[in-house]
Amino acid sequence: MTPPAAREEIPITADEDVVRVRQAVRSYAQKAKLSLVDQTKLVTATSELARNTLTYGGGGTAVVEFLTEGRRSGVRASFQDDGPGIPDVDLALTDGWTSGRGMGLGLSGARRLVDEFTLDTGAGQGTTVTVVKWSR
Amino acid sequence: MTTGPEPTDNLAALLRAGTGALTRRWIELAAAPLRGRLTVAELERELTELFRALVAAVESGSRDLQSEPYAEVRALLSDMSRHRARSGFTPTETAVGVFTLKQALFELVDRAEIEGDLREVLAFSLLLDALGLLTFETYAKAREEVIDEQAEQLLELTTPVVKVWEGVLAVPLVGTLDSARTQVVMEKLLESLVGSGAEHAIIDITGVLAVDTQVAQHLLKTVMAARLMGAECTISGIRPHIAQTIVGLGIEFGDITTKATLADALRHALTRSGVTISSGRG
Amino acid sequence: MERIPILKIGDVLLASIQIDLQDRDVLALQEDLAEKICSSGARGVILDISAVDIVDSFIGRMFATIAATSRLFDAETVVVGMRPAVAITLVELGLTLGEVRTALDLEKGLAILAALGDRTDR
Repeated sequence: MTPPAAREEIPITADEDVVRVRQAVRSYAQKAKLSLVDQTKLVTATSELARNTLTYGGGGTAVVEFLTEGRRSGVRASFQDDGPGIPDVDLALTDGWTSGRGMGLGLSGARRLVDEFTLDTGAGQGTTVTVVKWSR
Repeated sequence: MTTGPEPTDNLAALLRAGTGALTRRWIELAAAPLRGRLTVAELERELTELFRALVAAVESGSRDLQSEPYAEVRALLSDMSRHRARSGFTPTETAVGVFTLKQALFELVDRAEIEGDLREVLAFSLLLDALGLLTFETYAKAREEVIDEQAEQLLELTTPVVKVWEGVLAVPLVGTLDSARTQVVMEKLLESLVGSGAEHAIIDITGVLAVDTQVAQHLLKTVMAARLMGAECTISGIRPHIAQTIVGLGIEFGDITTKATLADALRHALTRSGVTISSGRG
Repeated sequence: MERIPILKIGDVLLASIQIDLQDRDVLALQEDLAEKICSSGARGVILDISAVDIVDSFIGRMFATIAATSRLFDAETVVVGMRPAVAITLVELGLTLGEVRTALDLEKGLAILAALGDRTDR
């Protein structure tokens, strides 16, 4: 496999793109020397977010980037769509610990799996979710 | 002549002319504080090479340590500092390798053994200060690496996963648990379950001094993760004050099995795997 | 799309997942298993996920769905071989697998099904 570039853009328009995002994130996470558990957490989080982009945003784009800051390195992944947006952010981020249904688990679960999480959305404005995970 | 910008001083010529005297005095001065922890031959090889690279860089006309002509100087100096740091030299003992060259030059100029005026001395002094800083930066970075490695090794040593019976693993945790350490231990335990095929694990916290919310959460998550993998996890040795903390923090241990002692936990695990224990008497 | 092969060993169905699952693979496996349980009268289902390096909520829900479906046909489901990193992630994600049984490996999964069979055999 060729080493990943510092930044990669992946369109999300179909089912198989979710798998493509997972694979790209995995190779970036390896390059950033994340532990196996941290790699798995990040890949799982991005899998949730990519699916949200496809299902709720009607498709969009994922951008995966390699980061360095001092002695640590990390991966940033952002998911952007021009869908209907999320009118009630608090509700969307409600902890889905026991329910396991609806879209709550995707967003709130993904947030628990990463180090940084930002959500930029509003009714009719589309949605951009950005997550970062750092090496320890 | 060089192709670079014309130097404004005669530093290059001065250094080249004084090479013999300068390196000799430099090695002498640098050797003293090292008290024989590095052989003179080694030091001589290092410093001679560094001096040669330095003269070559100075000849380029540039005085900027970050510029291209200084690449070799930077590499040599970094290697030297990293080596010193790893061999346990102090910061002073490391930096002295650079600063003694300054002293050597001052002495020789002062005694008029080499030709030089204020301009050259000043230019060289500034350059050596920059080299000194680079030395120190590399040294600090190398020390940090050493500390990281040791922390990792310590973690490995202090958290053994032991097999206490066929199909039963135990991790005795000792000392203060921080969140990072707990996480590593737990990952190691789960890996060991897969590796050994053991279906029971005991986390013994008799030797643990304190538990905070995060650590308690990690313990809980480990038990849940083990369950997802198909193994049962028991927590044993919860001291009274830790039990109070856990209750006080409002952490639900739910249906997780806890036992007072490691022995109780082991008995529980054996019973569950169908082993019958009978006393030897009678 | 590749369909995940389902093997029948005695009265147990074994699905070993060896590919990076797309959502439609997941749905297809659910359907195939339901059909196969119904037609074969199997008493147990084993999902071998030892080769799976991530399980997100969609895949996780499949386990629960398959378990619930198979129970309608009086069959038990055991998920075997979950990797530690996957298990830790699922716990962090907050996903519970419901009534799904789990085992460390295929052999232990088969043992669980055999033990259940002995108990319920009339």
